[in-house]
Amino acid sequence: MKGAAFRSLSGAMFRGYVRDRTALLFSILIPILFLVLFGSIYKSSSTPKLSVLEVGRVALLDNAAGGLHGVLQVTKGDNLATALSQVRKGNDDAAVQQRGNHLIVHYSIADQTTASVVQTVFASIVQQADQAQVGATHAYQLTTEQVENKSLKPIQYLAPGFLGWAIASGGAFGAAITLVTWRQTKLLRRLRLAPISTASVVFARVGVSVLVALIQMAVFIAVATTPYFGLKLTSDWWLAIPIVVAGTLAFMSIGLLIGAFAKSQQAASAVANIVILPMAFLGGSFIPLNFAPQWIQDVSYAMPLRYLVIGTQDVMARGEGVGAALPAIGILLGIAAVLSLISVRVFSWDYI
Amino acid sequence: MVATIAVRDLKKSYGSVLAVDGISFEVEQGEFFGILGPNGAGKTTTLEILEGLREPDAGQVTVLGMQPWPRNAALLPRIGVQLQASSFFERLTAREQLRTFASLYGVSQQRADEMLSTVGLDDRADARTEKLSGGQAQRLSIACTLVHDPELVFLDEPTGALDPQARRNLWDLLRQINSDGRTVVLTTHHMDEAEILCDRVAIMDHGKILQAGPPAALVRGLDSPVRISVESGQLDLAGARKLAASAGGTDGVTDDGVSLTIATREPAPVLAGLAEQHALTGLRVQGATLEDVFLSLTGREYRA
Ligand SMILES: Nc1ncnc2c1ncn2[C@@H]1O[C@H](COP(=O)(O)OP(=O)(O)OP(=O)(O)O)[C@@H](O)[C@H]1O
Ligand SMILES: [Mg+2]
Repeated sequence: MKGAAFRSLSGAMFRGYVRDRTALLFSILIPILFLVLFGSIYKSSSTPKLSVLEVGRVALLDNAAGGLHGVLQVTKGDNLATALSQVRKGNDDAAVQQRGNHLIVHYSIADQTTASVVQTVFASIVQQADQAQVGATHAYQLTTEQVENKSLKPIQYLAPGFLGWAIASGGAFGAAITLVTWRQTKLLRRLRLAPISTASVVFARVGVSVLVALIQMAVFIAVATTPYFGLKLTSDWWLAIPIVVAGTLAFMSIGLLIGAFAKSQQAASAVANIVILPMAFLGGSFIPLNFAPQWIQDVSYAMPLRYLVIGTQDVMARGEGVGAALPAIGILLGIAAVLSLISVRVFSWDYI
Repeated sequence: MVATIAVRDLKKSYGSVLAVDGISFEVEQGEFFGILGPNGAGKTTTLEILEGLREPDAGQVTVLGMQPWPRNAALLPRIGVQLQASSFFERLTAREQLRTFASLYGVSQQRADEMLSTVGLDDRADARTEKLSGGQAQRLSIACTLVHDPELVFLDEPTGALDPQARRNLWDLLRQINSDGRTVVLTTHHMDEAEILCDRVAIMDHGKILQAGPPAALVRGLDSPVRISVESGQLDLAGARKLAASAGGTDGVTDDGVSLTIATREPAPVLAGLAEQHALTGLRVQGATLEDVFLSLTGREYRA
C-alpha cells in the first residue's frame, strides 16, 4: 500500500506538471530555443588573444615573440601533464614543446575558432623561422596534436550552459511555486491528514523534479547532437546524470527557501527570477566562463550554477571523469543540504 | 461509553490574538454537530486542533478516544477532513483527484469511482478541477473527504460560497452522510443551515462558546415573541395595539409603511382578531431563529 500511495502521488504530481503549458514552455522550450539561437551565433565567434603554455624551452617563441606580441600571451608551464590538463580545461589555449627542430603544439578544439587560430599562428611561426634559415627549407617541422581525440564545437560550452540554466530555473521555480500553492490551497495540510509520511510526499515531489531534469537533459543532448550542432559526447558523459541530479536538488532547495518566505505565487516567481537570472549570467550559463571577464570568473565561484555548468561541461565536453564530477556533485549536494535545513527551520504551514 | 469528541478548557492564541478562549464541549457518536459563529470566531482553529493540525496552548482534547496531537497515525484513517479551502492537486481531473486521495488511504480506484457517483459528479469525471463550478468542487472535496469511509467527518464551511440552490443540494448529501451512522462536525456562518442540519450546535464568538444545545431548544429557551406582519393600510396602529393588548400583551407594534408588524407571545388570538377584521393580506408569521439567539447572547446583529 505504501508503494501504491507513493506511486500515485508521484503520478499525480507528474501529470500536474506535464499539463502545465507555461512550465513546459519555460523549462524546456525556451532553453532549447536559446541553445539553437546562440549555438548559431557563437559558431562564428573568436577569442582575441591566445594564451600559450611554454613547456621546457621553446626557442622559436623567443624569436617570434616580437612579431606576435599582440597575438600570443606566453607563460611558463611546469610540465607537460599539468600543461595538457590546463589546455583540456580551457584555461589555456595551447601548450608548446620544442625538441630540437621539432615544434609540438597541443591544443583543444573545444572552441573551434580558437583551435584554428592556434594552428594558423603556429604554422606561420614555423614558416617565418623557415624563411629565416636561408636555403634550408623545412628545418623546423610543425606537428599539432589535439588534446581530445574527438572533434568538439562551441555547442560543447553552450549545451551545458543552457542546460544548467534550464535545470536551475526548473528546480527553483518548481519547488518555490509548489510550496506556495500547496500552502495556499491547504493541500499541504490536507496531505498531512492522510496516513502517509512527510518523507513520501517530499520524495515524490523531488522525484518528479529529478525526472523532469533528466528529460530536459535528454532533450538537450538530442538537439545538441544533431549534425547541425555536432555535439560529440566524451566517454564519461554519463557522469553528467549524477551532476544534474545533484544540481536539481541544490536548486530545489533554493526554491524551497524562496517558497518559505514568499506569500504568493507572483512573489515566489519574482524572487526566483531575481535569484536565477543574474546567476545565469554570473555562473557561466549565458556567458561561457572562458570568454567572460576576469571579475565574472571570480564571482562565478560563489554561484551554485557554476558547479552545475562546469561539472557537466567537464564530463560531457572536456573528456574529464570522476575526478571532475565528484567535487561538483559534492558542492551541489552540500548546498542542497544546508539550504534544505534552513528551509525546514523557517518553514511554516500558513502565513503569519 | 466515551464521547466521540471531548474537549475541555481548550485555548489557542496566535501571538496576541486569542483565537480559542477556553471552550469545552462533547460530541456523541452519530451526532450531527454544528459550530456556528461569525468570521474570526475561532471555528476553523477549533476544528484544526481536533484534526491534529494544530497544537493547543492549553486544555484536553480526545477524538475517538485518542490524542490528535502530535500527529496520530492511528487516528488519521478514521477521520475525514474537508478544509476551508478546496485542497486539490493542480491540473488533475475530478476522477484522478479522487483516485489519488483514495490511494493515499489504500482505498481501491473502484471505490473512488463509486464515490464520484455518490456525489453526482459522473458527468464531470474528466473535467479538470479548476473548471468545476463552486458547488461541484465542493462536492468533489467532500468525496475526497469520504473516500476512505471515515467514522468521523469534519467539514469546514462546506457550503461557503454556494448559491441557495447548490446549498440545498449539498444539504441532502450531508444528511445522507450522517444517516449512514457517521458523526459529522460542521462549521457554518449560516444560522438556517445549522438549524436544519444539526442535532446540536455550539454558538461561538470571540473564541468562546456562548451557548450549546439542540437548535430548537436554544430558540425555545429564548422565549421570544412571534412576529406577525401584514400589509400596511389594512389596520391602523391604534387598532393593532388594541388587538394585541386584548390578546394578552404585546412586545411592540410597528408600521414601516410597507408592513404592519405585531410582536406577541400569544399569536393565536392575534391571528383570530386579524382574520375577523379581514386584515390578513400579505400575512407572515415568524418565530424566533438562531439569529435571534445570537442577537440576545451578544447584543448585536449576527453578521457573517
Ligand atoms: N494562522 C493564523 N495566524 C494568525 N492568526 C490567525 C491564524 N488563523 C486564524 N487566526 C486568527 O484567529 C482568529 C480565529 O480565526 P479562525 O480562522 O479560527 O476563525 P473562523 O471562525 O474559522 O473564521 P471564518 O468564519 O472567517 O472562517 C481570527 O482572529 C484570525 O484572524
Ligand atoms: Mg474558518
